[in-house]
Formats: sequence, structure tokens, C-alpha cells
Amino acid sequence: MTEFDLSRDSVRALNQGLHDSAEGRWLVSHPDGRHCIAVGLDAPVDVAIKGHVGYYCAGMNKRANITIDGSAGPGVAENIMSGTVRVLGNVSHCAGASGHGGLLVVEGDASARCGISMKGSDIVVAGSVGHMSAFMAQTGRLVVCGDAGDHLGDSIYEAVIYVAGRVGELGADCVEKEMTPEHRQGLADLLSAAGVEADPDSFRRYGSARKLYNFNIDHASDY
Amino acid sequence: MCGIVGIYYKNKELNNHLGAMLSSMLVQMSERGPDSAGVAVYRDSPGSSGTKLTLHCAEPDYDWAGLCSSLGREFNTDPGIEVRASHAVVSTIAPLQELRSWLSRNCPDLRVMSAGSTIEIYKEAGAPRDFVERFQLQDFQGSHALGHTRMATESAITTQHSHPFSTGQDLCLVHNGSLSNHNRLRERLQGEGIEFQTDNDSEVAAGYLMWQLHQGATLEQALTRAISDLDGFFTFAVGTHNGFAVLRDPIACKPAVMAENDDWVAMASEFRAIAQLPGVEHATVWEPAPATVYSWGEG
Repeated sequence: MTEFDLSRDSVRALNQGLHDSAEGRWLVSHPDGRHCIAVGLDAPVDVAIKGHVGYYCAGMNKRANITIDGSAGPGVAENIMSGTVRVLGNVSHCAGASGHGGLLVVEGDASARCGISMKGSDIVVAGSVGHMSAFMAQTGRLVVCGDAGDHLGDSIYEAVIYVAGRVGELGADCVEKEMTPEHRQGLADLLSAAGVEADPDSFRRYGSARKLYNFNIDHASDY
Repeated sequence: MCGIVGIYYKNKELNNHLGAMLSSMLVQMSERGPDSAGVAVYRDSPGSSGTKLTLHCAEPDYDWAGLCSSLGREFNTDPGIEVRASHAVVSTIAPLQELRSWLSRNCPDLRVMSAGSTIEIYKEAGAPRDFVERFQLQDFQGSHALGHTRMATESAITTQHSHPFSTGQDLCLVHNGSLSNHNRLRERLQGEGIEFQTDNDSEVAAGYLMWQLHQGATLEQALTRAISDLDGFFTFAVGTHNGFAVLRDPIACKPAVMAENDDWVAMASEFRAIAQLPGVEHATVWEPAPATVYSWGEG
């Protein structure tokens, strides 16, 4: 276990150390809201951060397993590629923005624009999400065990949204869809992988009505 | 980009920590606003009665004692004065309107930063850390305070363009964002008798709240109405004589984080401004929801 105290050493030194590690466990103390902690990792390291973090924590994560024992500011796990990022507290806006793969778990609430433009990652929020979540989400899954704010899934492409609680006004081209046995099983597996207890039968599924697409496969030769 | 902070004590026994807490919050917001810094501090000055005016003079050797003598002769009172760098707080029982017009006639070098029974406003161009040292901010006591660090984008880096702005007695607002309907709203408020010192959008928001309070609204009611009457992006922290409130616009694209424990409530643009505060480990930390008024103190 490598212990790193951010009240003594810089975020840059921490990130360099993490980038130089091929494996192992790290314990990071006194984050105190600093930005860009544990970004750009590309190795199967385990990182535990004790406290609240600022902007862009765990951004661009590949393969690493990062746990934040506190709350996170804007853009946590933005552009996540693989691995797991778990936040025990709440997260600010744009959590998991543009993520291509991997899993983001938020045990508290997420604010606005959670999963905006996600491109294949999975996001599981045990609490609620704010407005404009999954805006222009392309692929991947956003699971919300609590409520979702207004304009959920606005201009969504092929991402799938599951919500157990109340949903505000749906965004443009986002509609409720049938919950098939395959979706239920996939959701159950995802909740299990995320370690979040919720009844898969309590969720409803939302996705694209596919009426806003500019690209139509039947007209592919026109482009 | 700008940084805003606010602190309000639920436990009044902590009032003597105000300066230290406000200073650390302001310095943490230096990167969001390196060009100028300003604070509004609410405190009862010992021995003062009547109105407090915070005055600013760019002239380093300004004769504040002479001003006091002149005020004493003119208004037949014995004003108190406390000089702090380029600012001075004058406490007097002279009628406020007469005092203001006398100052504008006789002291063109002076600018009134704030007026009220407890508010004092200090602001100056330069880095927040320098501001804290120059104004000995650590020493302040008080019940609540607001702070602003500015990254100048649309106008000059001067004391005049620094924040916060006060419009009306004891009211102050710090703002991160921009309003899009401030010109029309300013005209409307001027028609209602609200006066403005600059063409700044944040000052219009302060003027709007003052107007609402004059109409008998509580701070919470005034802010609730602001959600529909103000168009634009904003995170506000607002102080009144005995109240503190936070509001974000319905889109909430300007950052804000809050923390509350048994002793205090704090808000800031970023959590790192709160991370240093004593007792933060026992605080609930959350992001204020869009179009939702959070208020303390005033009913």
C-alpha cells in the first residue's frame, strides 16, 4: 500500500506516481477539494481517496479501480474508458460525461447532466440525478435508483436509461420503452456488479424514439 | 469566471472566527479570480450607533481625520472612524441621505462602498492573498460575510469594477454568471426609485432584491420572485442585516457547493474553499439544486 498525503505533496506528483505504477494499492489522504486527482490512469491499480475531491477526479480512467470516500465536484470520471470509479457521497454536474466504457457508481445523488454524451460506459446512481441527464447519450446505460430531473435523455441516441423513481419532463425524442426480460436481466446484472441493492422490477426503461436522427440508414448512399 | 464565497454563523459564539474563515475561503478562490477581491462583512462595531458608511479613496494619504472633523461640524455629531488601507468606516447618527449628498458635494474623491447598520464592504484590485493582508481581513469579527474574487472579462480591473456591489442598506449580493435582461430591468427599477452606481448586471440583481424587500417581501420571497424576473446565468450569495441566502438559476451552469454543520453554513464556487474550514468534517456537503432558494436567519 502506497500512502500519499495531498496536504504535503502535489496532485501532479500523485498522478505521476500513479502513471508509473503497473499495479498495487494507493491510499490518498487530504484531497480537500483539489482538482484532477487520479486522472489518466492506465493500469489495474486500486486507489482509495479519503475525503471530498474537486473537478475531474478519475477522469479518462482506464483499468484502474478508484474509490472516493466523500463527494466529488464536476466531471468525475469524465471520459472513463474502462475500470471502475465509485463515489460514496454525492457528485456534481457532468458525472461520467462522454464515458466510453467502464463503470461509474454514485452511492449518493448526482446533479445536472449526469452521463451527458456517454458513449458506452455504465453509470449506476443509487440516489437521484439532476436535469438534462443522459443528454445526447450515444450508447451505454444510465441507472437511476431515485428520481430523475427534467429533460431526461434529451436528444438521446442509443443509450438506455433505467429509472426507479419519478421522472420529470422527458427530453426531446426520449420515450418510455418496454422492459423486456433481457433488459431486466441486464439491469439485475449491472446492479449486482455495482453493488447497489435495488429491485430490478421497480425500474422503467427509457430510450430514443429515433425521430431526431439526421442519419437514416436507408439513405446512407446520399451522404 | 469568478469565485464567490459566503459564510453564516448559526452559533454566534463563533463570530470572532469570521475573518480567519473568510480569508482562507477567499484565498482558495484565487485561481477563479486573480484580478480583484472584495468582501462584505456584517458586524456590530463596538460603540457605534446609527449608520455605518464604508468609504473608499484612491488617494493613499487621504485626510480621514479631517473628514471626521468636517462631518462633526456639519452634522453636529461626533462620528467614529476606522481606517483600513484605502477604505474607512464612518459611524454616525447623521441622516443617511443628507450625509450622502454632503459627501458627493464636498468629497468628490470619496466613493461610498456600503451603507447600513452592520454591513462593511471592502474591495480592491489585486490578488486575493494581497487583499487579505492589506485589509487585515483575518482580524474581522462578525455574524456573516460574502466574498468575491474576480477574473475581469468585460470591463477594466479597477476598484470601481470590483465586486461586491451594495444597493440599499445592509444588502449585498455576490454573483457568478451574467444576466441578459439587466438593461430593461435597471430602467424599470430606476422608475421605482432604485439608484445604481454602475452599468454592471450584478448591481441590477442587488437592486432588484432591494426593491422587493422594500415592497415587504422576505429575502426568501424576493429570491423566489427573482427566479422568474431575472434572465441569465447566476449563482448568488446574498446577505442582509441578519440573513443569508443562496440561489442558482434554473439551468445551474455556474458552480456552487454548500456545507452546513451545527455551527455554520458555508457556500462557495468550489469545495476547496470550504475544505479548510474548522468543523468541515462534521458538515453535510451538497450541491444547491437549480431554482431553489436556500436561506438562513431572516424569516
